[in-house]
Amino acid sequence: MNMKLYRARHRKNIFFHGLLLACILFSIVVLGLLLYQILSTGLAWLDWDFITSMPSRFPEKAGIYSALVGSIWTIGLTAAFSLPLGVGTAVYLEEYTNPKSRINQIVQVNIANLAGVPAIVYGMLGLAVFVRLFQFERSILAGALTLTLLILPVITVASQEAIKSVPKSLREGSYSLGTTKLQTITGVVLPYAMPGILTGAILAISRAMGEAAPLIMVGAAGYIAFLPTGPMDSFTVLPVQIFNWTSRPQIEFQNIASAGIIVLMVLLLSMNAVAILLRNKYQNRME
Amino acid sequence: MKTRNKWLALLLTGILVFGLAACGGTTDNGGGDELTGEIAIDGSSTVFPITEAIAEEFNAVYPGVRIPVGVSGTGGGFKKFIAGETDISNASRPIKDEEAQAVADAGIEYIELMVAYDGLSVLVNPDNTWVDSLTVEELKMIWAPDSTVMTWSDVRPGWPNEEIKLYAPGTDSGTFDYFTEEINGESGAIRPDFTASEDDNVLVQGIAGDKNALGFFGFAYYEANQDKLKLVAIDNGSGAILPNFDSIQDGSYAPLSRPIFIYVKTASLERPEVVEFVTFYLTIATDIIPDVGYVALPADKYQEELELLN
Repeated sequence: MNMKLYRARHRKNIFFHGLLLACILFSIVVLGLLLYQILSTGLAWLDWDFITSMPSRFPEKAGIYSALVGSIWTIGLTAAFSLPLGVGTAVYLEEYTNPKSRINQIVQVNIANLAGVPAIVYGMLGLAVFVRLFQFERSILAGALTLTLLILPVITVASQEAIKSVPKSLREGSYSLGTTKLQTITGVVLPYAMPGILTGAILAISRAMGEAAPLIMVGAAGYIAFLPTGPMDSFTVLPVQIFNWTSRPQIEFQNIASAGIIVLMVLLLSMNAVAILLRNKYQNRME
Repeated sequence: MKTRNKWLALLLTGILVFGLAACGGTTDNGGGDELTGEIAIDGSSTVFPITEAIAEEFNAVYPGVRIPVGVSGTGGGFKKFIAGETDISNASRPIKDEEAQAVADAGIEYIELMVAYDGLSVLVNPDNTWVDSLTVEELKMIWAPDSTVMTWSDVRPGWPNEEIKLYAPGTDSGTFDYFTEEINGESGAIRPDFTASEDDNVLVQGIAGDKNALGFFGFAYYEANQDKLKLVAIDNGSGAILPNFDSIQDGSYAPLSRPIFIYVKTASLERPEVVEFVTFYLTIATDIIPDVGYVALPADKYQEELELLN
């Protein structure tokens, strides 16, 4: 055994380990700094009143109630539209068409491309189609449909991957019992693929929740002092309200923007938590 | 105790997510007032704080009226006004001829109401010891599309031979349009090599962190950041004048003190809530506008406009 060679290999090994550690530390440090910055400026402004008050020109009176409710409405509708459409598309592409066919491949490339289109482009599309052509005006419905288009490709691709991962033997086992295609899909394929579908869906919906640009384009307002009561109402959402506060000259508004970011973060984390719970539930059932 | 409340608030936000969606609209203020309806407003981010403040005061009196205020920028606001989507358009510059033409083509009539003054402020870094004032000609020399000014010494002999770094609002803003119109003689005409941002706070940060910076934006942003910036007096031939509430209001801070407007669709004025809102706007403007960093018009100007409404 050549000790010299051994040490050199060993050093390389340690170096590689260190390099990977540095990669993850970089992300963690940046994340930590961001969190520190936001928590240190925002926490002092965050209290129950902040969550239950309307926006105001006085930062100490201003709150995010209308934006929070607007976000919940918009995201709720977005999820209701995008989940069935996305999962349905994925099931059709994976189960009912030949993945190697020419048309299927063209569709596939297009979906992948759509997932990379900048959000603002969807905003312009939403303005032209939903706001103007369909006359939905500056409504929650127009906003939710725009966000649906934005995240539909992501949900579709994630669902396809999840469906692809279902072992062929399970499907064949199901068919051998004499089930129809519908029974196999709803009874075997979807439950097995559900954890993957949910993970993709939740990531996509979280992204929609953080979007400001396409909704500003569609007409989410900067100031809303009432709660929306239906899908045709005008609205604002948390990211738009936060963006609006950060662009104010007074430093206090930038502080309440941080408080708003904390609320948005809590909202995202609780959605992710729900997704993990659901995923675990399905996973346990499979095993 | 205080921190515990905060954590409680955090926790409850999480719960709220699932609770609120179901009962979104049930907490409406029943308010015994007769006025209801919705007034759609969009446009300039410069005018936004004023309209927002007035909408807030208006809602305190008339809780039944919904007033969503958007911030698409002056030009973006006019596009929505032309499409018939808004009742009132906030504008930090007068409507352009082609915009007025498009509004007319769409069969929409409007009235123009001046609501306040803003002083476009020219700023340098506090460490800049040499610039106290600039003449309008010097500003033009610096910002003109064919400008050859690269260093401070190109502007005035005796100033340091260091590169000027230029900061200006983005091309979508009325502030940008107004400055280029007044200084360079044509709206939108400007040299290409400057740092642009739609967010004036970015310009504040840029100028505050760069000894050789020169930039301009609305007076409200200077007012909120006085310790980080140095204001430059502007000389239009009759002496160097600093922008402040008096010099902006009486027009002696020229040519960079600009009027800002709201444009109201005439057809919308047939709705009682819109008339009431616009009347309210002009009536309380004098009290509210200085609060948000702008300069109110002389009182008789508002009176004239109120008469125009009737």
